[in-house]
Amino acid sequence: MNNRPMLEIVSLQKRFGENLILRDINLKVARGELVFIIGPSGSGKSTMLRCCNRLEEPSEGDIILDGRNIMSGTSRDLDQMRLKVGMVFQGFHLYPHMSVLKNVTLAQRKALGRSADEANARAMDMLDRVGLAEKANAMPSELSGGQQQRVAIARSLALDPLVMLFDEPTSALDPELVGSVLAVMKDLKSKGMTMLVVSHEMEFARETADRVVFMDGGVIVEEGAPEEIFGAPKADRTRAFLSRVRR
Amino acid sequence: MQNFLQTFFNTKVMAQYLPDILSGMLVAIWIGLAVVVAGIAGGLALACLRTYRIRACNVFIICFADIFRALPPLVLILLLYFGLPGAGIRLSGPMVLFIVLALTLAAFAEEIFWAGFASIEKGQWEAGISTGLGFSRTLIYVALPQAVRLAMPPLVNRVLAITKMTALGSVIGVSEILSAATTAQSFSGSATPLSMAAIAYLILFLPLVFVARMVERRQDMRRGR
Ligand SMILES: Nc1ncnc2c1ncn2[C@@H]1O[C@H](COP(=O)(O)OP(=O)(O)O)[C@@H](O)[C@H]1O
Ligand SMILES: [Mg+2]
Repeated sequence: MNNRPMLEIVSLQKRFGENLILRDINLKVARGELVFIIGPSGSGKSTMLRCCNRLEEPSEGDIILDGRNIMSGTSRDLDQMRLKVGMVFQGFHLYPHMSVLKNVTLAQRKALGRSADEANARAMDMLDRVGLAEKANAMPSELSGGQQQRVAIARSLALDPLVMLFDEPTSALDPELVGSVLAVMKDLKSKGMTMLVVSHEMEFARETADRVVFMDGGVIVEEGAPEEIFGAPKADRTRAFLSRVRR
Repeated sequence: MQNFLQTFFNTKVMAQYLPDILSGMLVAIWIGLAVVVAGIAGGLALACLRTYRIRACNVFIICFADIFRALPPLVLILLLYFGLPGAGIRLSGPMVLFIVLALTLAAFAEEIFWAGFASIEKGQWEAGISTGLGFSRTLIYVALPQAVRLAMPPLVNRVLAITKMTALGSVIGVSEILSAATTAQSFSGSATPLSMAAIAYLILFLPLVFVARMVERRQDMRRGR
């Protein structure tokens, strides 16, 4: 067993033109830990997640995945690293021209180099895990938003990621569909997946998160166990934010 | 009425010049097919290249597309056919016709495919790239099929418009339909070969128009009625 963090964000800065959007972010995520990130809109939560697989290029700092610095290496290494970092978007982004099964097998075949049989078997396992095995041959447009998001999760899981990043995975869903996606995420957590979750589902955070991080203005203002952050926030900004979202 | 039929549908003239018109149709089909294949392949390749956003490359592609969309193909045909020999390069009529129409179609097709690429959500690219596919494989497996689908209706219409221009070959002696018909008309002194040409074009292009209609209908259905 090793104790080094699964993901480590070190002195991360991100500039868009003149604007410094992330100012010196430091965060360590342990194996199997679920870190829940909250903060007002525009505080840099998405940008921070997107820096973790270099979908946005960090301006300064390092991202260390399971002991390997992803800021060094060739573009081939970069693709290999991205296989290891699952990303789930607010808008699902399933490939609309492919069946559910093809969505889940594409990167397995073309990036991991698995055989068709291997990829299909793995895809069916993952679809089963998110409760959608019977939809394998459906097209994404035939699914509800909640089902599409679960397929998107299966698509990432099929690549055996070390970490899963979730950027507001339920924000685009009708309220009655949110539960099914959160249930899948809870199941993932219980099976030991390391997860970084940006979301407004505070109930979910209270029950599932190991740690809650509050971001504002491109910095981590405060972090702690859910009961600390939600029960007794130290910073004024955290208190103000929480009272606004609870209202 | 008799007079009208005599002028436009003289059966004797028809029988005499049918072989010429038919061989003109064959020439039009060959050149048309070559233009469609080369033009679409060229346009698609340029549109794909353009997604890489390499500055020098894109300046070239955009200039190419704008110039060839702006120039009337007839001007280029005359320029290549009558101008180039002065520079020591002599191209056959069919070759000139093919080159000009293929380049023109490539220019329009590039813009049509590019519009397809541009209307694909950024999230599609991000989904591919974040699953380790990298830019090129995301382009091939994720973006390209969607762009091609979006491009189909305008592309089919443009293909129609440009393949019809094989008729321009008649000004540089390519023995396609129209040139066979005008030759026959001057020999026979009858307008019948011209109406035969019109019928020949209908036979060739009505099915294509029909295909265009189907493609558009399918696209509308996919958009959710
Ligand atoms: N590609 C970009 N170009 C310029 N500015 C951006 C870009 N992406 C995000 N930003 C800016 O960065 C800030 C943080 O955005 P984001 O990370 O999306 O915040 P959050 O997810 O917390 O709402 C915002 O002010 C946003 O306008
Ligand atoms: Mg965001």
